[in-house]
Amino acid sequence: MPDPQVLSLAPAPAPTGAGVVVSGPPKKKRRYSILTRRDKIVLLIIVGIPVVLDIVFIWGPTVASILFSFTNWQGYGGITAQNVVGLQNYTFLFTQYTLFWPALSHNLLWLAFFVFIASPIGIFFAVLLDREIRGSRFYQNIFYFPVVLSLAVVGIIWELQYAPDGFIDSALGLTKQTNAIDWLGNPSLNIWAVLVAASWRHVGYIMVLYLAGLKSVDPTLREAAAIDGASDIQTFFRVIFPVMAPINVVIVVVTVIESLRAFDLAYIINQGTNGLELLSILITNNSISEASLVGRGSAIAVILLVISLVPITLYLTRVMRSTGE
Amino acid sequence: MTANTMAGRPNKRRIRKGRVALHAFLITMSIVWLWPLAWAFLTALRPLSDTIKNGSWSWPTTLNLNNFINGFQQANLGYYYLNTLIVVVPAVLITLLIASLVAFALTRVRSRVNLFLLLMFTAGNLLPPQVIIVPVYYIFNWLQLPTAIADNGRLYDQYIGIILIHVVFQMGFCIFVLSNYMRTLPKELNEAALVDGASLFRTFRSIILPLCTPALAALGTLEFTFIYNDFFWALLLMKTGSKRPITSALNNLQGQFFTDQNVLAAVALMVAVPTIIVYIALQRHFIRGLTLGSTKG
Repeated sequence: MPDPQVLSLAPAPAPTGAGVVVSGPPKKKRRYSILTRRDKIVLLIIVGIPVVLDIVFIWGPTVASILFSFTNWQGYGGITAQNVVGLQNYTFLFTQYTLFWPALSHNLLWLAFFVFIASPIGIFFAVLLDREIRGSRFYQNIFYFPVVLSLAVVGIIWELQYAPDGFIDSALGLTKQTNAIDWLGNPSLNIWAVLVAASWRHVGYIMVLYLAGLKSVDPTLREAAAIDGASDIQTFFRVIFPVMAPINVVIVVVTVIESLRAFDLAYIINQGTNGLELLSILITNNSISEASLVGRGSAIAVILLVISLVPITLYLTRVMRSTGE
Repeated sequence: MTANTMAGRPNKRRIRKGRVALHAFLITMSIVWLWPLAWAFLTALRPLSDTIKNGSWSWPTTLNLNNFINGFQQANLGYYYLNTLIVVVPAVLITLLIASLVAFALTRVRSRVNLFLLLMFTAGNLLPPQVIIVPVYYIFNWLQLPTAIADNGRLYDQYIGIILIHVVFQMGFCIFVLSNYMRTLPKELNEAALVDGASLFRTFRSIILPLCTPALAALGTLEFTFIYNDFFWALLLMKTGSKRPITSALNNLQGQFFTDQNVLAAVALMVAVPTIIVYIALQRHFIRGLTLGSTKG
């Protein structure tokens, strides 16, 4: 995944790795009742162990995050009735915690930037390169290169571009002594600088996914459109885009999940402070790295969970529809 | 006939013009895309003194590999590569083993159960890891392990913990991909094996698994890259800086080379080397892995 990654298709990668999966062709119901008793026990163990792991380390913690968010537990000792504080963590976030709204707005900005700019560029590249042009492979290789790099490495590569004596300022004729722009240090600029760096990687990812989808489009559709005198642009929006609906869902899911997972890049640049606050970073800062306010970090985690349930549900419904009977 | 060719000519010319514009656009974008990497490489090849004296935007007076050599030694990179190796190899192998076994078992289970489990695994893989990190952190600190497995008796700050969380988080995706893949294999194979009296395990090992080689190669390449590139899990679940895998270690190394961006550039590029090798040598598998999830087979 888990890219997306997932899974970002796998998913960034996901990347990280999220992985998004579309199921295979519909299958017929068939049962193998010829299984022996021993076979059945073996199957149960094979499936049982991963299910237990999934519950202990993924679904259990998800539920625990929700429960923690109603307490003021600080990470040691037992949790008693006195620790239960109701919605206090949430009201604190909404009304007093100065980092919460900036972080949420940065996450939403990240999401919007990916949805409206980075992913469409990736789709655009895919559509251009899907045609029979010389060197298509060569261009594809260049655009998708950043996809193999970790976001930590991407962060350092772009720091060299954005540094006050780095490439961008130098190319603009700005020097350290006079009027250099501190792209990563200026709290109103740095989120945009980071979004450009993040897109450098995201565009290639989307391009690869979309190209794979375009390859599976029935070529006769294109021919029919051409015979009807449709222009390239008309063909894409009226014919190709609609038949690509399954891939479009994957692209949306990958894009949203990747934006919600954003962490590494902001963290490597300045630990997610001074204009680069993100929900993901506030969770770890509050509950693990800087303080042990488990309740507050968990409340932020729940908000992140609620937002991510939107793409996850969208994706699962699709999977059910294509896999289900 | 003549009218036809006459009408066709300007059209052809227009197409050619369009092609030129298209290539011009693509070449420009390619340069833009390669530039940050080329710049990092150039920075890494220049000594810091040269950059300071002439500014970073200047014709380099000296180019050498000193930053790479010094960076490798000062950062102790060989050691961090080893840390990564300890995590990545078992994590990828165990993930693939579990995923292929589960995928195989699921093809033998009633479809409703099958669907439910697939949804559970897939959804788990889609969650942002930050949603579960706080409880995972405490579970890793609470669970008691025999000291033979973990020298501090915990999953926290241990290679085994990092391997475990990768396996758990990545297996969902692999199970989904492999179970879809296995479903495209002809059903007669299973039946033939049954008729021949092959045991369940034998059917898996000698018939199904070999047929899944392409999917396993693609997933293996992809998972290697994902886990190698992981920054988040090891940053939070591996406390001892010197035990961190190389990608997470970059966080501290960045501080170490704060005053020498040129060496830092060299270190970052060296950290990227294994993934660049994947890009060059295993590109086909990597792309197939990325797209396996989003398209059929």
